[in-house]
Amino acid sequence: MIVLKVNGVERHLDVDPEMPLLWALRDVLDLTGTKFGCGQALCGACVVHLDGEAVRACVTPVSRAAGSAVVTIEGLSPDGKHPLQEAWVDLGVPQCGFCQAGQIMSAAALLSKRPKPTDAEIDQSLAGNLCRCGAYNRIRDAVRKAAGTP
Amino acid sequence: MRTLGPVLLLVMGLACRAQANPVFSELRPPESFAGIVDRVARAQAIFVEASRVFLHPRCANCHPAGDSPLQGDDHHLHDPPVSRGSDDQGVPALRCVSCHQDHNQALARVPGAPLWHLAPRSMAWVGLGPRALCEQLKDPRRNGGRSLDKILEHVAHDKLVGWGWTPGVDLYGKNRVPAPGTQAKLGALIAAWIELGAACPVEATK
Repeated sequence: MIVLKVNGVERHLDVDPEMPLLWALRDVLDLTGTKFGCGQALCGACVVHLDGEAVRACVTPVSRAAGSAVVTIEGLSPDGKHPLQEAWVDLGVPQCGFCQAGQIMSAAALLSKRPKPTDAEIDQSLAGNLCRCGAYNRIRDAVRKAAGTP
Repeated sequence: MRTLGPVLLLVMGLACRAQANPVFSELRPPESFAGIVDRVARAQAIFVEASRVFLHPRCANCHPAGDSPLQGDDHHLHDPPVSRGSDDQGVPALRCVSCHQDHNQALARVPGAPLWHLAPRSMAWVGLGPRALCEQLKDPRRNGGRSLDKILEHVAHDKLVGWGWTPGVDLYGKNRVPAPGTQAKLGALIAAWIELGAACPVEATK
């Protein structure tokens, strides 16, 4: 039995320790906000926070999360009003929207470490989050807006 | 046909052997250099043999000259495009351990070993020859303040170094080519090189 805290709630999972965390979140805990993209840590659609650090849930064995705190897009803010989420809405960032949960979770991890990131820092930290719609400029603008930088 | 059978088997066997390139993938033991009487020359020859491991893509790709790790046998840039960051472990939200686990991921094919990270810039190996590599390896200002004994310990026992011989499969399901020999054999070479005085090879520094 693997015990982890997901979005503040302790969960007990009777699963294979090597099961990707993404599978546990989506298929066992029914938290489908985190998306499956490539399954090989190449696209960033599955980013969640593990003890405050961004990780790619598709390649993270659920056993690594044992005893740790996992935050998904559903748990980023209790009312959906994290500064990044508000900036995302204000600027109409998403197009198809599939990558957005991963983008926001990566951006949130960045802002927790660098509250006022430069454009270069935003680009570096989000370089592994692909957006097939090409919304990169709006994504960067929204991160800056959430950070309160001009 | 009855007489051709063994011949065919022999030819096929030789072909398989050539494909695996066992000579190149092996590492000569220190004893095989015993014929070199001069201790300095023997140490130099042993280091050149050991440098085949250090300069192999499985090792050198994480000792890049730039800010991005490299991948593959052709040293291409890491995909996704990651940066070393201030601590050689990535940048916020895109740390090495955001993707790399403490062991290879068989299905996702993402390589992994404990404390996956880049070597510091001062330990860039890509583009160096054996002499320049040797000088860098011995220089405490560039090698993380390591003594020769610490270098031996790192080379012979570090699990991240050991990944070079158990690199798993690549993105396309093909076995990554491991470093020559084994970690133990590399350790034996470095131990012998140190015992002989740790002389560097004499070719021009690149």
